[in-house]
Amino acid sequence: MLTFENVGLRYGVGAETLRDVNFQIAPRSFQFLTGPSGAGKTTLMRLIIMALRPTRGLINIFGKDTAALTNEEIAETRRGIGVVFQDFRLLDHLTLYENVALPLRVLGREESTYRSEVTELLRWVGLGERAHAFPTILSGGEKQRAAIARALISQPKLLLADEPTGNVDPTLGRRILRLFIELHKSGTAVVIATHDLTLMDQYEEARRLVLADGRLHIFE
Amino acid sequence: MRKRGASCSPTAGFTFSNERTMAIMRFWSSTRLTASDVGEDAEEIPAQSALVPADSVAGRSLVIVIAIMTFLAALAANVAILVADASVEWRSDIAREATVQVRPVAGRDLEADVRQAADAMRRTPGVLEARVYAKSESEALLAPWLGEGLDLSELPTPRMIVLKLDPDNRADLDRLRMELERAVPSAVLDDHHVFIERLGDMARAAVAISALVFILILGAMAVAVASATRAAVATNREIVEVLHIVGAADSFIAREFQRRFMALGFRGALIGGGGALAFFALAQFISQQWRATGGGDQMEAMFGAFTIGWSGFIVIVLLAGGVALLTGYLSQFIVLRHLQQLG
Repeated sequence: MLTFENVGLRYGVGAETLRDVNFQIAPRSFQFLTGPSGAGKTTLMRLIIMALRPTRGLINIFGKDTAALTNEEIAETRRGIGVVFQDFRLLDHLTLYENVALPLRVLGREESTYRSEVTELLRWVGLGERAHAFPTILSGGEKQRAAIARALISQPKLLLADEPTGNVDPTLGRRILRLFIELHKSGTAVVIATHDLTLMDQYEEARRLVLADGRLHIFE
Repeated sequence: MRKRGASCSPTAGFTFSNERTMAIMRFWSSTRLTASDVGEDAEEIPAQSALVPADSVAGRSLVIVIAIMTFLAALAANVAILVADASVEWRSDIAREATVQVRPVAGRDLEADVRQAADAMRRTPGVLEARVYAKSESEALLAPWLGEGLDLSELPTPRMIVLKLDPDNRADLDRLRMELERAVPSAVLDDHHVFIERLGDMARAAVAISALVFILILGAMAVAVASATRAAVATNREIVEVLHIVGAADSFIAREFQRRFMALGFRGALIGGGGALAFFALAQFISQQWRATGGGDQMEAMFGAFTIGWSGFIVIVLLAGGVALLTGYLSQFIVLRHLQQLG
């Protein structure tokens, strides 16, 4: 599903932030991506979603070499990846309903064709009555759930979550992890970037990808 | 809690695969959320908001700029049309006339020469009328240059014969000239072609200048729209990033900006075009009120009746529509190019 081969990334003329990164993510797999702050977790996530280009190496996503993709093909490939950002990245001028519906809207689908899907998903993440609310008035936990709903609405093959429990209380953090585990069991490959050891201890079956000094170490 | 699960049956319109639906159901049904947290029924969903927020674009300034530019472009276009129409009218009026000047020559009877020349002209096909100006009328023509109250009877003033030519049966001017020369050697025919050519050149120059002004105005407007678009993309950088990440193609994002800018362009064009229509309606009304005055006559001589007619109104409407389209498609092109450069 996802392969990194000898990937290196350097910002400007400085030292490489990531060096010789090699790993694969299989379909229906679950992994934590961890490491100290500044180790490059977010950078690695950005490489996966093609928001950055590697300085060297090969990245293959869903069987496609990302270096050879056109802008349109990158957009199409991204539709298979759901992303939950640490800072949620909800659009403040859109309601929760519109935020969650965004991935379907960019596909050019008519609003009437996805209304029930979005409403249903909002209800199931506990935001049914907040559909018309704007993100600015929501709590951190509500924003997190909305961001997760947006990542899930288009049924991605791969789900990336960057510090998904970083802004929520431990109870909600545990609930969110359980949701990811359920999604993994239902067939979605999941990558959670976190430095929260307690969170990782709650799911010991998960593979651990540890970033340190720009290199990736894998613990199966 | 079971109740919530029951309301999320696969037949409820939620098209996730059953396995995934069940995964989410299992998760949330195990939480301690109350029924009010979850919400039983979504309220009616309002119309979708624009992805590029209205207040993120310097909309008011751009609408004002577009309105002013549309007004000026409409003005330039219609002045060109007015001058072109008026020049056609001038030239056709002048081309319907010719003048014979009979000069006094020592040893010849001027009155007899005038009569002979007029008779020769009347006999020529294509000449509808040959009106002989009396001596006093010929002298009156010199009054603007020589002043009033002078006795010109002692001066050898030439006599004039004004010919009205048939526009449907054009007179052969060369033949006319030969006939005249044979009848009265001291007579000269002036068909005003030099004056007509000068008028034509002047009208063409006026139309060319108006066209240049029109193009410059549209160019300035395009620069303003391009600048506002680039500013809007910079302001909405986060929105563009989120749209990219959820899988939006560059063309989709560019269309969203196009929609916003086309709406602004339409508003500006409506105000500017409406202003231009009002201006010409007012100018037409004022010119009608002034028609009998000296200034009014001069204006009418220059621009006709200052009536732009249906063609002028259609030009303004087309121009306003063109400005709205130009604004939209130009912004789309700029956003697309910007995103491709980023990619």
